[in-house]
Amino acid sequence: MAEITLKTLAHSYLKNPTSPEDYAIREMDHVWEQGGAYALLGPSGCGKSTLLNIISGLLQPSSGEVLFDGELVNDLPPEQRNIAQVFQFPVIYDTMTVFDNLAFPLRNVGIDEAKIREKVREVADVLELTPQLKRKAKNLTADEKQKVSMGRGLVREDVSAILFDEPLTVIDPQLKWKLRRKLKEIHRRFNITMVYVTHDQLEASTFADKIAVMYEGQVVQFGTPRQLFEQPAHTFVGYFIGSPGMNFVDVRVRDGKLLSGKHVVPVDQRVCSIIANTHSDNIKLGIRPDFIEVHDTPVDGGMEVDVVGAQDLGTYSVLSLRFGDVLLKARIDEEQSTPKGKAFIRFPQERIGMYVDEYRVEINHE
Amino acid sequence: MNKVYDNKAWWLILPMLVLVAFSAIIPLMTVVNYSVQDVFDANTRFFTGTEWFAQMLNDPTLQAALLRQFAFSMTVLAIEVPLGIGIALIMPKKGWQASVVLILVTLPLLIPWNVVGSIWQIFTRGDIGLMGWGLRELGYGYNITRSTVDAWGTIILMDVWHWTPLIALLCYSGLRSIPEAYYQAARIDRASKWSVFRYIQLPKLTNVLVIGVLLRFMHSFMIYAEPFVLTGGGPGSSTTFLSQSLTTMAIGQQDLGPSAAFSLIYFLIILLVSWVFYTAIMNMQKEKQEEGI
Repeated sequence: MAEITLKTLAHSYLKNPTSPEDYAIREMDHVWEQGGAYALLGPSGCGKSTLLNIISGLLQPSSGEVLFDGELVNDLPPEQRNIAQVFQFPVIYDTMTVFDNLAFPLRNVGIDEAKIREKVREVADVLELTPQLKRKAKNLTADEKQKVSMGRGLVREDVSAILFDEPLTVIDPQLKWKLRRKLKEIHRRFNITMVYVTHDQLEASTFADKIAVMYEGQVVQFGTPRQLFEQPAHTFVGYFIGSPGMNFVDVRVRDGKLLSGKHVVPVDQRVCSIIANTHSDNIKLGIRPDFIEVHDTPVDGGMEVDVVGAQDLGTYSVLSLRFGDVLLKARIDEEQSTPKGKAFIRFPQERIGMYVDEYRVEINHE
Repeated sequence: MNKVYDNKAWWLILPMLVLVAFSAIIPLMTVVNYSVQDVFDANTRFFTGTEWFAQMLNDPTLQAALLRQFAFSMTVLAIEVPLGIGIALIMPKKGWQASVVLILVTLPLLIPWNVVGSIWQIFTRGDIGLMGWGLRELGYGYNITRSTVDAWGTIILMDVWHWTPLIALLCYSGLRSIPEAYYQAARIDRASKWSVFRYIQLPKLTNVLVIGVLLRFMHSFMIYAEPFVLTGGGPGSSTTFLSQSLTTMAIGQQDLGPSAAFSLIYFLIILLVSWVFYTAIMNMQKEKQEEGI
């Protein structure tokens, strides 16, 4: 059981990193609390696996500290960190039976056989591996093998956290769902800190209480799935979470009005004053396709757009709307008729996010 | 399933049949032909049946050579396989060191057989050979032309030097193909170095080791040029192996009938032992699977 703290952690695979691009992990601070179910979400190559390997000790960070319950573990090898890690592809010991596989981590530290038998039975029961216990691990199916890999982490009583590195990649979609539920169940039962790496937002949000979104070697947002959806802290989170991703429109303030190209975007005066005070040119307005109001006829505070396409996705449609130079996506329910040619859209004030240099600025809508 | 009569598809195996005929059946049948006859000249020959075979099998010289041959093959296998695995384990995995070591290890494999014999012949000479001279200077009366022990020891050393690299290279490639995650998982599971070898590396080497053991058995069982050049089969006939006995009989004495019979027996022994090795290793795996289920 442990709380994992990362302090000013940074890592580069190069010997002499110079620019920020040379870092796989850019300087970051983060805390994984004891007993939480966390997901680490991000695209391939954003540093998720690197971060995981640093926590488990397979990799030494270039700088910064890793603390377990406040204790510095930088110099401890993985053997002494009491961490279990499940890899993307199942790792099993071919020549051993399932039972021996599960017993292996316990035997390595010399726990007595009676205790081992009891513990292995318990874990096999949870993972539904009991019928396979006597079989050679080599002859199992991919998902059974992956369950054995997980099981080796779960049998250890001293384990303070289990790290999952995209563990369900090799599993069929239907079984994926089942195994994910199994993991949640195990999490509730054993109260272990779990960190689950994935690039699949659905997987992340069904497994985790809180999700850390990584982008270019940094955690850009750490929050519940709902927070990530409603208030993305970074434009990347907006793009990455939700389907289709968030709309972003370049804007500037002129004469107390918010302009996108030649169009005036009606917003609260508060928004304009906040934006006017920043010195950056990189200002974006973000809004989820789900929150854009689409009307067939002119409405108060509406903006005229060209409808350039509609995609029927069953229970909803996604419209492509040309607004000045940008193409907006808007999501409408199936009951609403698809507008032809021209449409009028409105951005609900409380759904708008303002982004300066890609990061969200808080606007107090009262 | 319906049986098709007069299936013309059988003709499709004809090219393969012709190929096999030229590569194996025809040359082999020539030997079979000689092994059952006593041929005097182009027109005079007598059918002898199994007489040559019986004679060969009861020949004490050949029996002794066969025993020596088995002793030799088993000894070199027992040394080269563990040694080869050991070398593969300590070979560097990356960087320029890996390339250098790889080249150094491979070098002995590139030297032709009788050149190897010549090298060791010179190397072990008491007057000018580094090893022969060195051992004598150290006070050991080393002499491969007089001492059976010295001759045997030197031939085995020579074979180990020449062929261990093959096992080492095969194992090295086998080890390289083990994904890094296995080693990482083993560290997380707190496995000892021995456990990593026993439960990860060795099982993953099974397939290359089957190839290695079979190749080394066949090679060593047919060894000819190296001991012939080094010791000439002596002292006495203590290092005369099967192929040398055969050559003496076939080329030296022109005993074509007995040589042919002997060749066939030789061939069948190699075939039989290889088959036994192969099925034994394969069965070991199969039994394990059945045990499991």
